[in-house]
Amino acid sequence: MALLELRDVHSYYGNIHALKGISMEVNEGEIVTLIGANGAGKSTTLRTISGIVRPRFGAVYLNGENLADYSTHEIVKLGISQVPEGRGVFARLSVTENLELGAYIHNNPKQIAEDMEYVFSLFPRLKERRKQAAGTLSGGEQQMLAMGRALMARPKILLLDEPSMGLAPILVEGIFETIQNINKQGGTILLVEQNALMALEIAHRGYVIQTGEIVLHDTASALQNNEMVQKAYLGID
Amino acid sequence: MDTGFNWREALKFGAIGGVAVLFFCLVGMVEAFDARDVIFKTLSLGRSLLVVVALGMGYFSSQRLSARKPGRAVLTGLVVGVVSSVVTALLVFLAEPLNMREMFINASPKLIKILTFSQDSYAVGMLIQTGVMTGLSILGALLYLLPDLPRKLIINGLAAVLLIGMLQELLSVILARSSYTKPVAKFLFGSKGLSYTGAVVVFIVFALISAFRTTQSERIGRRYAGMTAPQQVVFRWVAIVAGVLFLIVLPQAVGPYISQILVLVGLYTLMGLGLNIEIGLAGLLDLGFVGFFAIGAYTTALLTSTSDLGLASVMAGEPVRASYTNFWVSIPVAVIVSGLAGVFLGIPVLRMRGDYLAIVTLGFAEIIRILVLSDFLRPVLGGAQGILNIPKPVLETFNLVIKDPGQFYYLIIIGSAIIAFVAFRLQNARIGRNWIAIREDEDVAEAMGINLIASKLLAFGIGAAFAGLSGAIFAAQVGSVFPHSFALIVSINVVSLVIIGGVGSIPGVIVGSLVLVGLPELLREFAEFRMLIYGAMLVIMMLVKPEGFWPSEVSRRELHTGEETATVPPVAETTGAA
Repeated sequence: MALLELRDVHSYYGNIHALKGISMEVNEGEIVTLIGANGAGKSTTLRTISGIVRPRFGAVYLNGENLADYSTHEIVKLGISQVPEGRGVFARLSVTENLELGAYIHNNPKQIAEDMEYVFSLFPRLKERRKQAAGTLSGGEQQMLAMGRALMARPKILLLDEPSMGLAPILVEGIFETIQNINKQGGTILLVEQNALMALEIAHRGYVIQTGEIVLHDTASALQNNEMVQKAYLGID
Repeated sequence: MDTGFNWREALKFGAIGGVAVLFFCLVGMVEAFDARDVIFKTLSLGRSLLVVVALGMGYFSSQRLSARKPGRAVLTGLVVGVVSSVVTALLVFLAEPLNMREMFINASPKLIKILTFSQDSYAVGMLIQTGVMTGLSILGALLYLLPDLPRKLIINGLAAVLLIGMLQELLSVILARSSYTKPVAKFLFGSKGLSYTGAVVVFIVFALISAFRTTQSERIGRRYAGMTAPQQVVFRWVAIVAGVLFLIVLPQAVGPYISQILVLVGLYTLMGLGLNIEIGLAGLLDLGFVGFFAIGAYTTALLTSTSDLGLASVMAGEPVRASYTNFWVSIPVAVIVSGLAGVFLGIPVLRMRGDYLAIVTLGFAEIIRILVLSDFLRPVLGGAQGILNIPKPVLETFNLVIKDPGQFYYLIIIGSAIIAFVAFRLQNARIGRNWIAIREDEDVAEAMGINLIASKLLAFGIGAAFAGLSGAIFAAQVGSVFPHSFALIVSINVVSLVIIGGVGSIPGVIVGSLVLVGLPELLREFAEFRMLIYGAMLVIMMLVKPEGFWPSEVSRRELHTGEETATVPPVAETTGAA
């Protein structure tokens, strides 16, 4: 059984039909990427998984449990942690306070301290700046903080929404390396990206979404060689 | 010498000074305050306004223009003083020919007399005035050139003389209460304002205090940091005990009038602590806070009143002139009822943020007030006549009726201490972190697994409960409740005191209510200018210190990131949080 499964999910914003029957799976220990153009429904898919948007038809399952029965904050407790698009750090709070809030669903100080050390080992830059207000960090550091904060919840699956957005290429490389690192230590990741080239480089499998529908899914290497993907997303003629 | 001197700027400063003088003259402050002396028979309060303008404009223009050169500072002061005097002279010479009194009622012959030092010839008088103002401007400009320490000493000393001279009436009443302090009053004060020796002594004492503060505070902070943990605990307890003793002795020392003001400050502190949870922690801008205060007050009124509207009479079906229950029982009821009202208000506004929330809560308070005033509820709540005959709280074990302001003061202090402690614990508990996260970003907070609905309703409920307690004590102290006591202005005051004190900071609330509620009471002496001064102070405060008097950690970090090392955080806050 897949860790996370979407079965024919239809989501709406008012009358706008944003997701038109999305079905996808993420297995434990995988990096799965969801690639697509602007407005294709990538972020909506993530928002539907984390319960901010509710599917009108179809359902999202975590370990076989239908998430429709849970409220948004309970879904976090079940083990789905989202790094929102545009990072969304608590700008006026310090790095440490941000991380502590990430561990909000846990109550064991020892575990929280351990997890914080783990996050600092992934992102040494954050440790240097732990007393600084998050709003004063650079864009790349804020992305690190947002990811670290999501990890503090000890999620079963980490949802990343465009981690490369607005970052210099060299920083993007670092972020993607860390994503691979997290995965090597057993983390399951659903990565939403416009930067298909980078995403397919590190992912095991990929889904291609177009105007609210999955048009293609395959292993990452197969997608890299797929003619349509090459034309539309990789800029290869 | 004048190469590169910015004449334009200097003229501008002079003009600003002139306009400031005109303003103070034409609103009537100079004339009205001329009757009172800061320094007996020498410097009236009205004239000291002009002195402050001249010194201040000299100082600030020198800050901008003198480039720290004495010659240039003198020139700056000279230009500023002369220009502002020329503007003043326009008033003096044109007031009569243009019949300015038609428009400006305060452009009176008496004012002209003050400005011309009672000289027969306006020209001579204006020469003296110009000379004095220019001299003071130059002094102000030179003051800026002094090194930091002496400059601070002089400014603080002068400010203290002005303040103490201004508050002479109040202070001499307080000092006269005890035979020990009576000679002090006699020594310091003349029949109006400070005596000469008093002024000199006050200046020296406060200059020394400020010197001690600036040079020694860092050293003391270091010594405290260098102490061992048990020593720090002892130190803290000594400070707490000293503080408590001070609070206990205070009403005895200051007498009933100031005690009454302190009771008012306490009532606002209670409300502020409640609103601080809503605004400061959870970021819910609530402009209808007075509604909960009213609910608390009316609950206590209904439960304890011995009038026909009291619950005892209503239950018996006839006037029985008795309380249904006593004050102490009514308190938890009032707290719970207003807390529930807070939750009740919270439900429909859960999805609203910022400005929209503010408007809805504003409407809520008005609904409460209009309901109370309405004919519909008149048989129950008494309409505009309110509920009378609310008995004073009785401590039966001690056979003591709490009735004087001095006694209510203790009730309030105990109430505030409990509430402040509860607020402090909440702030540092899990729920406090919920609120802070919600304040910073609702969506992200939800993504962290925080239950938005429960957290927001709790914030509304607890905040409202604190206000209910304040209302209950208010009802018992005043002995009656009327809808007019619960006007919008109360809500506005509470919001302002939370902001002025420092959003999200518990000590800030206390400081805020001392300043915002206590100060206007002291300013009562300034009669019709009270609200003008008060408003001006609020504006200046927000420009100079937007983070409040006692900012919370978060806003300290946000607004003064560059000065991190300069501010040593207050002792109690940093150590207590651990």
